[in-house]
Amino acid sequence: MTNADAVAVLAQARKSYGKVVALDGVDLQVRRGEVLALLGPNGAGKTTAISLLLGLLQPDGGEAQLFGMQPQALDARRRIGAMLQTTGVPETLAVGELIELFRSYYPRPRTVADIVELAGVADLLTRRYGKLSGGQQRRAQFALALAGNSQILFLDEPTTGLDVEARATMWKTIRKLAREGCAIVLTTHYLEEAEALADRVSVLARGRIVASGSVQQIRARVAQRRIRCLSRLAENAIAAWPEVRSVARDGEHIEIITDAAEAVVRQLLFEDTTLSELEVKRAGLAEAFVELTREAA
Amino acid sequence: MNTVATITDTSTSTRSVLPIYLLEAKYEFLRVLRNPSFAVPSLLFPPLFYLLFGLILNRGSANAAHYLFATYSVFGVMAPGLFGFGIGVAIERERGWLALKRVAPMPPGAYLLAKMAMAALFALIIYLVLAAMAYFFGGVHLAAWQWPLLGLIAVLGVLPFCALGLLIGSRVNASAAPAFVNFIYLPMAFLSGLWMPLSLLPAFFSQLAPLWPAYHLAQLALAVIGHGDGSAMLPHIVMSIAFTALCFAIARRWLARTA
Repeated sequence: MTNADAVAVLAQARKSYGKVVALDGVDLQVRRGEVLALLGPNGAGKTTAISLLLGLLQPDGGEAQLFGMQPQALDARRRIGAMLQTTGVPETLAVGELIELFRSYYPRPRTVADIVELAGVADLLTRRYGKLSGGQQRRAQFALALAGNSQILFLDEPTTGLDVEARATMWKTIRKLAREGCAIVLTTHYLEEAEALADRVSVLARGRIVASGSVQQIRARVAQRRIRCLSRLAENAIAAWPEVRSVARDGEHIEIITDAAEAVVRQLLFEDTTLSELEVKRAGLAEAFVELTREAA
Repeated sequence: MNTVATITDTSTSTRSVLPIYLLEAKYEFLRVLRNPSFAVPSLLFPPLFYLLFGLILNRGSANAAHYLFATYSVFGVMAPGLFGFGIGVAIERERGWLALKRVAPMPPGAYLLAKMAMAALFALIIYLVLAAMAYFFGGVHLAAWQWPLLGLIAVLGVLPFCALGLLIGSRVNASAAPAFVNFIYLPMAFLSGLWMPLSLLPAFFSQLAPLWPAYHLAQLALAVIGHGDGSAMLPHIVMSIAFTALCFAIARRWLARTA
């Protein structure tokens, strides 16, 4: 990948708050038309990374660039849209008024009709922001992020608090925008969201990128597989086997996470001839993610 | 409030920014108008003070009512700038609204000017209420040119306090801001001779007074109604402008650092 394709770049970016190192030399590139998911536990540095790219923070070391410019440059800011985690929107203004205000900031804003459709806020336009539910407020913030018809969107945990339908609308819009060439940087706690949307995933832990690649590549990084079955065996007995990483009960079923599925399956069948509903799967992003962040710890 | 470069970019942009400024001001106005629990007390507080201390307790002294009309006008116009900016900016900064606007290509000047216009409007309303009270109940009669000139001082006089409010709002957290603003507002009013002439206080207070922006504004207001100490007006104007510029400069640095 060349730098020319990248619309947003962090190069060896560092940021500390006092003695706490939030970002410790992070490289990140976002290309046109791709959805990049930033994953990581709380405090991993996701929001700090986004704040550097948005120009809200200055890196202590390294560089942050948008379209080859400083993120604070007006020409760069005219080409971005953002949904931040904490946004105390004035409560006495109506959603339609807020959209009008944000559209005015941009040279070529999206039409109101497009914003309304993409963000699914038709029912909210005349309502005051302070009277909305948490999920509705999130949708209104999404509408503001879309107002500028931007080339890159930063969405910091966008679907937190959304109901299933609103989340589906947002996912659909994110996919549509990416198809049209918009780059999207997404942080999320919902791993299925990254699995469903992301072309690329970067996993942050303790201020470092510990893994980067497609969802499949990240999963492949982890040898773990998940065994699911109905068995008479006790969980703590299975947990004592050397190859087993963890055992959990999910209703009637037992779930085993292991690096050596074949050996564990052999042992299971040997010890419990009545075992049934055996299933072996490569671990999902959730397990991969836990594993990767543990290694970095 | 961003870098110097950003502000230069804005002014050299070919696209007109006037619609942004107007919309920003319109929605700042609607935002405040729809929140009467903030607007009404801010508008009523100075006239009530004047009613109590300037009119009722000074019953019979036309001279005092005269003097206090000028100084209470200053007292009145301090509030919109200090509270509007001090508390408003603190809240919008802390809750992330300012951050979102800074991410969007909003010209920083639009944000500041909208709030200044609101403060100036509040100052004008407060001045008009005070003027009506002074005229009808205080027996204050001024020449036809004195009323509008004093009004002009009141409206322009919000600027140093907008700047000071911005300075407070860019540092102090939202829950502490109201107390902090009052802690500055009320003592400064007293120390600037707004409630009683400094000549009634020990000389020390008069020596200290040039430090306070409210003192300079009060001297201008008193000069207009013929209660001035005879000193030239220019130094007070220069000091007011210098104070305003200093506060804005420091606030811009603080806001740029503490996103």
